[in-house]
Amino acid sequence: MISTLTAGLGLKPQHYDEALACPAAGLWFEVHPENYLVDGGPRLRWLDAIRERHPISLHGVALSLAADTAPDPEHLRRMRQLAQRIEPVLLSEHLAWSTWRGAYHPDLLPFPRTNEALARIVGNIDATQTALGRRIAIENPSHYLRLTGHEWDEIPFLDELVQRTGCGLLLDVNNVHVSANNLGFDAAAYIDAFPGAAVMEIHLAGHSRDPALGDALLVDSHDAPVSEPVWALYERLIARIGPRPTLIERDDRLPPFEVLRAERERAHHALVPALAEVA
Amino acid sequence: MHVGSGMSLASFEDAFAHALFAAPGEADPAVADLVAQPAFAVYRNTVMKSCIDALQANFPAVTRLVGEEWFRAAAAEYVAQERPNTPSLQDYGTTFAAFLADFAPAAELPCLADVARLDRFWIESHRSVDAPVLDVTGLVGADPGVLAGAVLVPHPAARWAWFPDSPAYSIWRDNRARETAGGDLPWRGEGALLTRRADVVEWIGIDHAACRFLDACAAGRSVALAIHAALDVDAGVNPARMIATLLHAGAATRLNVPIDQPA
Repeated sequence: MISTLTAGLGLKPQHYDEALACPAAGLWFEVHPENYLVDGGPRLRWLDAIRERHPISLHGVALSLAADTAPDPEHLRRMRQLAQRIEPVLLSEHLAWSTWRGAYHPDLLPFPRTNEALARIVGNIDATQTALGRRIAIENPSHYLRLTGHEWDEIPFLDELVQRTGCGLLLDVNNVHVSANNLGFDAAAYIDAFPGAAVMEIHLAGHSRDPALGDALLVDSHDAPVSEPVWALYERLIARIGPRPTLIERDDRLPPFEVLRAERERAHHALVPALAEVA
Repeated sequence: MHVGSGMSLASFEDAFAHALFAAPGEADPAVADLVAQPAFAVYRNTVMKSCIDALQANFPAVTRLVGEEWFRAAAAEYVAQERPNTPSLQDYGTTFAAFLADFAPAAELPCLADVARLDRFWIESHRSVDAPVLDVTGLVGADPGVLAGAVLVPHPAARWAWFPDSPAYSIWRDNRARETAGGDLPWRGEGALLTRRADVVEWIGIDHAACRFLDACAAGRSVALAIHAALDVDAGVNPARMIATLLHAGAATRLNVPIDQPA
């Protein structure tokens, strides 16, 4: 089924009716499962109705895989329940932490890539894949800070997670662009070195300039169209690794559905010739 | 290999999480070089904004009543006291009503905490487990003796409360509906009942007796005892009309007949 997915869109309640009716070929929708971990009511019925028409991907933001503790078993149980109900085509999480000592910090927080962190995250991905009964994809983070204490570069770290857990990867091209800008590395070289065979999904999103620091600090704000440099990196990526389900992510300053759909069509048209080549 | 910082993952996360809410000078020395980077503000601001946005989304009537600026300032103080304890941010703010009740700047708005309770009721009702609604016709023809000994089980989406000191329900309802509350609102106690039939949360005003009746039902008391509880606060209540009103609103899911009752 994954091979028939082309470009997808984040599902926003404001666009629910248009999303439900949208007939585009290869279209799929992505949601944050945390918004659907409810006992009943209309939210789940909305999602069920979308699911009847379109494939759905669950993109978690809160498993906190890089926290130095095991994932919350109750959260995993509810995730499993939702996954059984929705039968998502893709399931992903972030290389980050957010819950720590009982408090949830609604962001994707950074950590030094040490051997200790690697062992912890391997265990947490194993526990998650076991609990959910499926392979998950891990997303590369956006970086803002210069952390000391790394024992691993990011790509070998992600590759090691793949080797040791059998997980896949979600490559967020905008995160690469933002991080390369903020930390001063070469985005194209990162894209070229990324383990292509493990990529299950690609994310494209917009970013913004920090109000105080301008171009020196780009923020992964999901409140703007995908930028041209990110499109160029994306085309470079799929030319090398082939087509992958690609999401247009937009969470803030939401434009009309048609505007997002036009962005989605651009990714779709980039993927279709690549799909034809694969076939 | 030697770790530059020499810090365990847990120590790093302790220090980083603390620094997100600490004044810049009060950060753990272990993360001082991170906090000193201008980019640290991206994390600090995102966490705070997401928490406040969640509270604003969860308490729309409170926000409308006090205005966005006042609300966000109050919410920031709440966030400083109490972090979300779950990633499902709809559940953030379960203690916000209690916070507002003790919040000195809200002293001139004594009903604010009750309006917050009603906003929280709406969320609980909206997301509660699906269940059938007991219709009035379900009771027609029931043997009165059996009915008196049976237990009316409140619907899982039903939430109710009696507010003895203020017309909190009218104020909540008008702000929820984005209407301006009438200036001549009679200042007296009110009760509220929120229910959800299928997908839509609905609400009605109910009196003290009906609230007592539902409290007794929720405690597993029989219909007869629940009616007594209602009559205790209002001797003039018409039990049949009260029960019909509550069932019409969708307040009950089923009638439990004890097995030792004659069929």
